[in-house]
Amino acid sequence: MSNDSQEKREVECSCADCCSVSASKDSEQSDERYVHKNVGWIKSQLETASGPIPVVSTQLNWRDSSGSFAVRLGIKRMNYAVRPGLYAVGNPNSSSFVFVSANFKLSFDRLRKELDGVDGWILVIDTKGINVWCAAGKGTFGTGEIIRRLEATGLRRVVSHRTLILPQLGAPGVAAHQVTKESGFKIVYGPVRASDIKLFLGKGMKASEEMRTVRFNLADRLSLTPLELVLTLKYVGAAVLILLILDLLGLITFSWKTIYPYLGAIIAGCVGVPALLPWIPGPAFAWKGWLLGMAWALIVNVEQGLIFSGSPGCAQAWPRAASHFLLLPAISAFLAMNFTGSSTYTSLSGVVREMKAAVPAILLSAGLGLAFVVALLAGVF
Amino acid sequence: MREHRYLKNVTTLAYEPAKCTGCGLCEDVCPHRVFGLENGKAWVRDLDLCMECGACSKNCPFAAITVRAGVGCAWAIMASELRGKKEVACG
Repeated sequence: MSNDSQEKREVECSCADCCSVSASKDSEQSDERYVHKNVGWIKSQLETASGPIPVVSTQLNWRDSSGSFAVRLGIKRMNYAVRPGLYAVGNPNSSSFVFVSANFKLSFDRLRKELDGVDGWILVIDTKGINVWCAAGKGTFGTGEIIRRLEATGLRRVVSHRTLILPQLGAPGVAAHQVTKESGFKIVYGPVRASDIKLFLGKGMKASEEMRTVRFNLADRLSLTPLELVLTLKYVGAAVLILLILDLLGLITFSWKTIYPYLGAIIAGCVGVPALLPWIPGPAFAWKGWLLGMAWALIVNVEQGLIFSGSPGCAQAWPRAASHFLLLPAISAFLAMNFTGSSTYTSLSGVVREMKAAVPAILLSAGLGLAFVVALLAGVF
Repeated sequence: MREHRYLKNVTTLAYEPAKCTGCGLCEDVCPHRVFGLENGKAWVRDLDLCMECGACSKNCPFAAITVRAGVGCAWAIMASELRGKKEVACG
């Protein structure tokens, strides 16, 4: 079971992974700050020319799996890091492969699990506890850190060859020719996904087109939605609290009927759009969110008898319907737009272009919607 | 797999074939298979698949590829806009 759930979390990067980890800005801090609370994954020590090297297990235990689950839910996002340095899997010697990994524990766990039956070395570099792709984008999974870590670990005394295998997604931060020029180590880019490593090694370090392509399938997308939802619901909790206080003060009437349209719009933006991403027409994320939010607003208004109803329930039917039509799609569109950061295929230029149109439209729609809500509360209608 | 497509004609990726020596590293590192290699030269298969991650230009030893690298993340763009920064990155 735990293996299954691990497979489904193949996607290397989400912006959420990057954004919500408060990485230390000080690059000069020592590795001692990375404390291993549970070292069940270190099996033994291996004596080498550069001192004793920890040998790590290729089996993930329940602690590793529950830890990764907690990270996905946003419960345990700090300190989920591995101390940088050299590690061993199996029984490696001076001619064994060297794999480079980020020190985000999920990245490291995924790699060691896939190296079951392989004798090799893992060079963990300091990416401030952030996954490979995001760290490469920031440059912490980078040329300089690799060269520094090669020296710090004394890898050149441990192995006789001069080849490092890097995850392909580390490439945005690493200039392979620069590493070779300054350290003598040649870089081979391995596959995107750790699960393809054995196949890659078996083919003489050649990766197929498929192994070199980033995916964003349904399972990848859904594995990101709990975090999106948890991060958004924090704000929702605050909003509900404010509404409850207003209710207690007698200013508004707090009811499920007034709240659920907004919760639905949030779910449409945070879960609906990621799940249905390739099937909702149009390339822009905000547009996809707006469409889904509009469909939801339509359902809400019909369900509450505000439109298409022979006898509208109250005189306030049309302004309430209008507030839904203006606010709900704006909320979904905004949240869907933020999913661009979690996706694996949006470009900076593309998102800037999308936002130039979407942000003013969302603000206008939300502003008008809020005006209707305020007018309703003030008894204008 | 070509199920996801983002906006067209937006990427800042530019490639100068004259500088290319056909080492093939750009083809290796691109996560969306933008580059191909034929007759000892790289060629652009599909520009609109580019996500501007910067892997190709960073790894081109001959500076044949340029791109304004950054993250395609609305949240990061808003944050850098608010802080008045030019660079768009996570966190």
